[in-house]
Amino acid sequence: MARIGVFVCHCGKNIGATVDCERVAGEAAKIPGVVHSENYLYMCSDPGQLKIKDAIRDKKLDGVVVAACSPHMHERTFRRAVAEAGLNPYLAEMSNVREHCSWVHQDIEDGTAKAIDLVRVMVEKVKLNQPLTPIRVPVTKRALVIGGGVAGIQAALDIANGERDVILLERDPSIGGHMSQLSETFPTLDCSQCILTPKMVEVASHPRITLLTYSELEEVDGYVGNFQVKIRKKARSVDMDVCTGCGVCMEKCPVKKIPSEFNVGLSMRPAIYTPFPQAVPNVPVIDKENCIYYIKGKCKVCEKFCGPGAIRFDQEDEIVTYDVGAIVVATGYSLYSVGEKPPGSTIAGYGEYGYGNIPDVIDALQFERLASASGPTEGHMRRPSDGAEPKTVAFIQCVGSRCPEKGITYCSKICCMYTVKHAMLYKHKVHDGDAYIFYMDIRSGGKNYEEFVRRAIEEDGVVYLRGRVSRLYRKDGKVIVRGADTLSGTQVEIAADMVVTANATLAQPDSQDVAQKIGIAYDKYGFFSEKHPKLAPVETNTAGVFLAGACQAPKDIPEAVAQASGAAAKVLEMFAVDELEREPTIAVVNEDTCVACFFCKRICPYSAVEEKEIKDRDGNLIKLVSHVNEGLCQGCGLCVVACPSKSIELLGFTDEQLFAEINALAE
Amino acid sequence: MQLKVPGPMVVSDFTQQVEAIIGQSVSKCYQCGNCTAGCPAAPEMDFGPQRIIRFVQLGLKDLALTSNTIWTCASCVTCTTRCPQEVDITGVMDALRIIAQREHYPVQDRYVTALNDIFLGNIRTFGRQYEIGLIGKYNLRTRQFFKDVMLGPKLFFKGKLKLLPHRSGNVREVREIFRRVKEESAASSANRAGRA
Amino acid sequence: MRFAYFPGCTAPGSAIEFEMSTQAVLEPLGLQFDEIPNWICCGATMGHTTDDNLALALPAKVLLNAREMGGGLEVATVCAACYNRLRATNYEVQHREDRRAAVARILGEEYGGDVGVRHLLDIVVNEIGTEALSEKATKKLGGLKVASYYGCLLVRPPKMVAFDDPEEPRSMDRLVDAIGGEPVDWTHRTECCGGSFTLSKISIVRRLVNDILSAAKDAGAECIIAACPVCQPNLDLRQAEVEKQYGEDYGIPVLYFTQLLGLSLGASPEAIGLDKVIVDPRPLLSAKGLI
Repeated sequence: MARIGVFVCHCGKNIGATVDCERVAGEAAKIPGVVHSENYLYMCSDPGQLKIKDAIRDKKLDGVVVAACSPHMHERTFRRAVAEAGLNPYLAEMSNVREHCSWVHQDIEDGTAKAIDLVRVMVEKVKLNQPLTPIRVPVTKRALVIGGGVAGIQAALDIANGERDVILLERDPSIGGHMSQLSETFPTLDCSQCILTPKMVEVASHPRITLLTYSELEEVDGYVGNFQVKIRKKARSVDMDVCTGCGVCMEKCPVKKIPSEFNVGLSMRPAIYTPFPQAVPNVPVIDKENCIYYIKGKCKVCEKFCGPGAIRFDQEDEIVTYDVGAIVVATGYSLYSVGEKPPGSTIAGYGEYGYGNIPDVIDALQFERLASASGPTEGHMRRPSDGAEPKTVAFIQCVGSRCPEKGITYCSKICCMYTVKHAMLYKHKVHDGDAYIFYMDIRSGGKNYEEFVRRAIEEDGVVYLRGRVSRLYRKDGKVIVRGADTLSGTQVEIAADMVVTANATLAQPDSQDVAQKIGIAYDKYGFFSEKHPKLAPVETNTAGVFLAGACQAPKDIPEAVAQASGAAAKVLEMFAVDELEREPTIAVVNEDTCVACFFCKRICPYSAVEEKEIKDRDGNLIKLVSHVNEGLCQGCGLCVVACPSKSIELLGFTDEQLFAEINALAE
Repeated sequence: MQLKVPGPMVVSDFTQQVEAIIGQSVSKCYQCGNCTAGCPAAPEMDFGPQRIIRFVQLGLKDLALTSNTIWTCASCVTCTTRCPQEVDITGVMDALRIIAQREHYPVQDRYVTALNDIFLGNIRTFGRQYEIGLIGKYNLRTRQFFKDVMLGPKLFFKGKLKLLPHRSGNVREVREIFRRVKEESAASSANRAGRA
Repeated sequence: MRFAYFPGCTAPGSAIEFEMSTQAVLEPLGLQFDEIPNWICCGATMGHTTDDNLALALPAKVLLNAREMGGGLEVATVCAACYNRLRATNYEVQHREDRRAAVARILGEEYGGDVGVRHLLDIVVNEIGTEALSEKATKKLGGLKVASYYGCLLVRPPKMVAFDDPEEPRSMDRLVDAIGGEPVDWTHRTECCGGSFTLSKISIVRRLVNDILSAAKDAGAECIIAACPVCQPNLDLRQAEVEKQYGEDYGIPVLYFTQLLGLSLGASPEAIGLDKVIVDPRPLLSAKGLI
């Protein structure tokens, strides 16, 4: 006869208000096989766990049901408690009477009746639970960091400084990301390049870091601790070992008119280029789409002038494979465009702002380049149309953000602060100029952020106007800004020399492809989903894959860096042990009844099913059967459903257990 | 001015009255001012459209219905088109004009309502618009006998003003429509009054 | 292509040249417009600002009359205001059960918004197409610089009238290009002219009309074309008083798009009512050798 203990949690008022926990415990006590039943305010707390441990010892329990929140939330907590009392942890189960009862019912009678049913169901299951042992898998103590912006750089350095090997992958020719484009940073106005470039150099020279720039992720296989990643190293057309970075090729290249990605179109670059002078590595690439040799078959000017002879027109893409134990995804963000909606996009542009065709309307990243000492104007304020110094500048916030009409509901979070910084930088550079900021709310939550805003208004004379801008158009060399100030209740019209739009922060356009390659979830905007919004903001639902930076949600630099260090700590924690424990709730094949149809193999999303040969004593093949690789199986159960001969069971969720649950409900 | 909340703040009858006409909740409006910013008639309004929406949100009926704003709206739909929260602001303006007329609020601007009356009266009589009748009656009603007096001959000699109205063959049916519209609108107002 | 034609109340009167030029382009374009029998006024702005039920009942009646013509005809109109009201009515009865029921009670007949409504500009650009149009236009406009003025109601609100971009429409520009004109790039394509105030609030109208004329002039336009019988008179008839008030000298002829279209299709100046336009376009057109 089973000896089951039932523990009903009130979760404060979370469950207790809509489920009569005392009555649930009382009803549970009447179920055959239940020898102990009690209820308590917070079962997950220390005294709550102690009650479970004591009951296991005193009443010699061989099964435990905790009626509380979701297994996702606290199954680990309770299984650990049970194990400490000497019981196999897989003999403990949870009944979710919070999400399934108290949160969805108004009426205490309804909530209580359902809770009693759910407890009965779980008691019947636990009676059939078998002790299971976690699977142990080895760990490859090398990490892959995807993305070489500030988040990826920070994560890579932290892991490498923790004495573990790191592959840092960057698809652009240089690491640095968006931060390397910024002029100064809020709220301290320290120069972005000055604080970032030393870190970039450190990455390049770190003995534990393998830097792969101009390279992209092709494929990820395997599982936590044992991933195999395939990376495409795109052909640079330059031999990295030979090139000295002298830059003569860039000077001599006859192609001069390619809009610079780094300067966001505000300057031109040649076909052979490094994105910026401080690039790491300082080795150029040839942009094949614009190189005369690749288009027409002749030119080779760069090759002729290259002293060390580093140009390699015949270089081809190379696929390299690495074994890694953990992956940090730090792929960053992209900036919304006011241009016309691309086909298939759910996000529209701003026709009322001329779809980006007004030359003196620039976006925030362009302003960063304009303000940067290393930018196309060496930091002098010059507007794009005629190079004149703008005397009246309007800054517009929330362009795309918080705008369901354009298809974006969220706040991009960083724009309030960078816009005030922009206005301040402008005022510092053009003393007799006027800066107007159109805003809806000033969201300055952050250390010294509000003070920074006040400084701009009170000391630098930046004028805030509370309202959106409805229309921009060109007239007599000016940009007419039609806005409003809702605080005074008036329409505002400004004839501006230049307008800067704080465009929404978007996920990378290909973030969904990346997510599918790695096997992680993303939201409807393409931002990657964390495992838990509060308690696991760095983890993903895929074990061994972590997030850092703005690929998860819009973030400023300190937040991105903090999350990167968090992700690195998680990786180092994983690498601190030689073997990882994995849940033993995986599929097993009954080799006697398996008919080797391999439906399971075809259907398995994790490629965990292998073909296994059964041989007799003399080594003659008797038959083939399916075999589940316990390292790869995620316990999803698809194969169990697919198997026509019913030869596969999922440990912890056997048919027998499930039928017992159904029968209990039918009683 | 003071907004006094004497008891529990509930959605006012007035707010609900407007929402019933536009078929949308005005709580969507987050007061960004985009409507005021883009409004071609804002310079002539005593409150920008965004203020009027705020009055509706807070149930400030008198402020909303006695403002000249609702009679200064040109129905150009710029605000509705650009509203980031997809609020039908033009629809709210219509709703307020309708309520003001139904409930005989003192109209600040008799020019617009006079024109509406004559315009719709013509439809009721002829089934279609009768332009010279419209202009003439309108100037008489608003006592602007010489307004646009120079434009009339211009149009007339260009053959653009017809002295006699074009009638639709549907005039009887049109009168029936006007009669039933009156019934329907009275019924829906009564319904709302009943609910309140 | 056959359509049920809704001329609108301005057709026989103040916009007679719009009606004349529309009739003149139909045959060359291979269009047949059969007038809806006994059509009534759509109620215009005055309708929807006075009574929400009247605002839908009048256009719904028009659309029901069109449906009775049989053949599943779509309604065609040239008046942007009528077009907007008819489309708005379809949208409302399609999306709001309460409005649909009210319309049924008033008209004694169910109307679910199933009769399509098209503006002639939409038909020309999207059904006939600019390529075919270019072939049909035997008399090219010789690079006449034309500012296309769309106004409000033709393109707004986009969820009700969706044949062109609400902020940066180009249908008329493409039409101008196809018949050999030069569409000027200008800023006031969709700015409101104050049409609904043309009789009641003239000071607003003058301010807005001045902005539009000034933008067209700055862009180097030789003439403006419109697709709305409220916009055109506002810009044309009131041009002299606007010039006087603002001390400007515009002299920009404002035509209906159908007039330029008719010209390019070989219609005579009389047939398209060029003499009806107040700011006389004939000196410009004859200087260009177009008439």
